[in-house]
Amino acid sequence: MTIKQNKDGSKLTVALEGRLDTTTAPQLEGELHTALDGVTELIFDLAKLEYISSAGLRVLLSAHKVMSKQGSMVIRNADSSLMDIFEVTGFSDILTIE
Amino acid sequence: MSEERVLKVAAETDKLYEVLGFVSALLEENDCPPATQMLIEVSLEELFVNIAHYAYPEGNGWAEIRAGVEGGIVAVTLIDGGIPFDPLAKPDPDMTVPAEERPIGGLGIFMVKKKMDEMTYERKDGRNILTIRKRIAAG
Repeated sequence: MTIKQNKDGSKLTVALEGRLDTTTAPQLEGELHTALDGVTELIFDLAKLEYISSAGLRVLLSAHKVMSKQGSMVIRNADSSLMDIFEVTGFSDILTIE
Repeated sequence: MSEERVLKVAAETDKLYEVLGFVSALLEENDCPPATQMLIEVSLEELFVNIAHYAYPEGNGWAEIRAGVEGGIVAVTLIDGGIPFDPLAKPDPDMTVPAEERPIGGLGIFMVKKKMDEMTYERKDGRNILTIRKRIAAG
C-alpha cells in the first residue's frame, strides 16, 4: 500500500493506494498516529484503494474517533466494492462518505 | 467439482498473501467478477487471520486451505488443529450501538456471514473445519 499525505494548514488529505488489510493497516495506523496532530479537517481519498478488510476498517474507525474530538473526517472516491464493505458493516452510517 | 486444490501453510499472518494468492488464482481462472473476488478475499483474510491470531495460543500451528469450483460456486475450506472455535456461535455485533461504543471485534466474521452465500463450521478429529461458499458465475 502507498500512503500519500498532503497537508494544507490544518487540512490533511490522505490518499491510499493498493490494499488496506491485516498486513498494511499497521503502517497507516502508525502514520496517522503523528499526522493527525493539529488537523481539523481530514480527508481520505480512496480512489486508488482496491481492497479493505476489517483490519483497515479498524484504522478508519480510530481516525474517526480522533477527528470527532478535534474536527471532521470525510471519505472520498470509494468505489462500489468498497461501498459494499462500508454498507454491510454499518460504516456507511458512521462515516461521512462523499 | 473441478479438482480441489490444497495448500498447507504455517498459521502466521505473514502467510496471508500466499493464502489469498492461492484462492485468487482459482477465482481468476474461473472468470470471477473482481468485486466478488474482493469479497471472497476479504472473507478469507478474516478467517485465516483469526486462525493465525487465536487458534494456537502456544504458537507453531498450521492451516490447510482447500478450494474448488463446481457449478459456478466456489467453496473454500479452512482447516486447523487449534483450539475449538466456532465463529458462527458468536453473536452478531449490535449495529444499533453508536460507533464510538461498538466493539470492533466480531465485525470481520459478521462481514463474512453477510457476504458469503453459505458458511459452515464443524469440529472433527480435533480440527476446526470452516467452509465458505459463494456463487461466482451462473451454474
